[in-house]
Amino acid sequence: MSSDRTGQGSIHDRPGPRGRGAERSMVPPAEFTSYYGHNVVKPSPWEHDIPAYLFAGGVAAGSSLLAAGASLTGRPALRRTGRLGALVAFSFSMVALVHDLGRPMRFLHMLRTVKLTSPMSVGTWILSVYGPFAALAALAEVAGLVPAGATQGRLRWAFRLLDRFGGPAGVVAGVTAPSVAAYTAVLLSDTATPSWHSAYRELPFVFCGSAAAASGGLGMIGAPVTQAGPARRFALGGALVELVMERRMERSMGLTAEPLHDGHAGRLMKAAQSLTVLGGVGTLLAGRSRSVAVVSGVALMAGSACTRFGIFEAGQRSAKDPKYTVVPQRERIAREGPTRYPDHPVGGP
Amino acid sequence: MFGKRNSLYGPVDPAPETGYVDAPARKGFFTDTSICIGCKACEVACKEWNDVPGEGFDQLGLSYDNTGSLNANSWRHVAFIEQPRKAAEEKAPPVELGMPALRPDGVGATDVGGAGGSDGAEAMDFRWLMSSDVCKHCTHAACLDVCPTGSLFRTEFGTVVVQDDICNGCGYCVPACPFGVIERRKGPQGSKNVGIAQKCTLCYDRLTVGETPSCAKACPTESIQFGDVEELRERAQRRVEDLHGRGVMDARLYGNDPDDGVGGTGAFFLLLDEPEVYGFPPDPVVTTADLPRMFNRATTAGVALLAGAVAAFVGSRR
Ligand code: SF4
Ligand code: SF4
Repeated sequence: MSSDRTGQGSIHDRPGPRGRGAERSMVPPAEFTSYYGHNVVKPSPWEHDIPAYLFAGGVAAGSSLLAAGASLTGRPALRRTGRLGALVAFSFSMVALVHDLGRPMRFLHMLRTVKLTSPMSVGTWILSVYGPFAALAALAEVAGLVPAGATQGRLRWAFRLLDRFGGPAGVVAGVTAPSVAAYTAVLLSDTATPSWHSAYRELPFVFCGSAAAASGGLGMIGAPVTQAGPARRFALGGALVELVMERRMERSMGLTAEPLHDGHAGRLMKAAQSLTVLGGVGTLLAGRSRSVAVVSGVALMAGSACTRFGIFEAGQRSAKDPKYTVVPQRERIAREGPTRYPDHPVGGP
Repeated sequence: MFGKRNSLYGPVDPAPETGYVDAPARKGFFTDTSICIGCKACEVACKEWNDVPGEGFDQLGLSYDNTGSLNANSWRHVAFIEQPRKAAEEKAPPVELGMPALRPDGVGATDVGGAGGSDGAEAMDFRWLMSSDVCKHCTHAACLDVCPTGSLFRTEFGTVVVQDDICNGCGYCVPACPFGVIERRKGPQGSKNVGIAQKCTLCYDRLTVGETPSCAKACPTESIQFGDVEELRERAQRRVEDLHGRGVMDARLYGNDPDDGVGGTGAFFLLLDEPEVYGFPPDPVVTTADLPRMFNRATTAGVALLAGAVAAFVGSRR
């Protein structure tokens, strides 16, 4: 431990200009004090399970939407990709969620109450409604792959049932899917983590755009170009929304946008941007070539994953540095005075 | 709980607000840091009474602070700050802070201006700030709001407590707390409640039998005062006015205002410098105060996603 740390309790730091973040930041550097440079808030104990879950949840949600549309408009290959993709992504995300618990065996304690003030509780219930329908639709898809002659005897009624209800189940999954994609933004924002909370206005749009881009990408990979038209359009729209809203988000976040540009998170966000642009442009050419479609699809999915990991990492970093908690609060005090009821500060950590 | 009105912001009395009928008066701490001597009796008493595991002795090199922060295994944390004396204070005479005098000659009186003893000849060029931190038992507690299992709950005393047998260690309360108090226990291996969120209970077990929480009981200078929050708020107000009257203009209250961003805290403080010097956030606001707006934005985004999917099919020729 350095001697100035032992000699003086509070550390006066001047957040210096750092990388591109400082150039872009709207907030002038300010002096601030902290207790030995310690963090004020605690970073979440979450590991990479959580950004992986955010990504997979987005893929599942978008895929269910595409599958429902494909089933209603007679695009069997796109429907199959969507339904199976949704089930795989959903199953993966559930494993990630449970794995991240301190006591995985107590996962079901999530279902002992419904709490509207807890985005995690609301999200668990959303997943409990969405999941079974998405699974039913995927099962129907698998059943459809079994040749008709093979379904004999006692199993026959089950196959018929699946055939009957696969369509409606897929539609229910599609209708509930947007909440699966959107709630995860609230999950992150409803914390004292500076770079997550201050992003709450735009984050749902970034995440929904990211979900559309990734699932559209998956549709382009899995379905022939003749059926993948809607997937391409969905992906392109998603990519545009993700890129535009991410820009806007950074502008409205002030100082707390800085971690999105620095270090590991910064590299992830940069990669996300390049991949999403690449994949987005690719959607325009993918109607003519399956290989272009596959490459663009992969780029879009990778871009979406990088966005989730980048935003996750940036939040974790913002929580570990007292600057991002103290300086925005100090600036708010300088602007509006200390927070007092009934006045309510809009946003900010 | 479902359907129950749950105010997210503003001054309320938390226990009746939660639905307790005939709840006892709200209980809390007033920690007067101006008379803290940094003995850490509170830290030790808390660990002993609550069976909080130790993590071995660790020299942090932060003045006398070898605890570091509030966390799963430290429910009281005494902060030590050695601060260079400001020029204006250089010549100020020592101020009697009302510490219990241990000897008739006045040894034991603390000097907020810096000398730290009765021997003015050896005046130091810095001052000590010592403060025993603890869970704030917020009126609007973000940890409790976001807990998906209902493990965190509001007691009849208006305090916030984890139920160890309910918590599944989702960890959501950890980033939600604006004060960085609650944490998921990581170890040491073999200790109880590993993987579960842990923090101060305001000695819920002692309160139910009318006892004082162990830290307040152990504090030799009454820096930690336990009682009814209403009464403590008045006492704190008198104390800060008294100190101002004696020329200690740095004295200020932190967390006592029921109109602040967390609706006031059940455990509040008298500080001698800005909150962030002690590691507190200067203007905390409970994150759930913004929750309705967050859900609105998410709903709009979700509807847009659905519309986008419809448009992708409707406008498509193939
Ligand atoms: S200080 Fe943190 S842990 Fe304590 S009640 Fe408030 S939000 Fe919960
Ligand atoms: S870790 Fe435990 S106490 Fe904290 S929010 Fe999750 S279930 Fe609740």
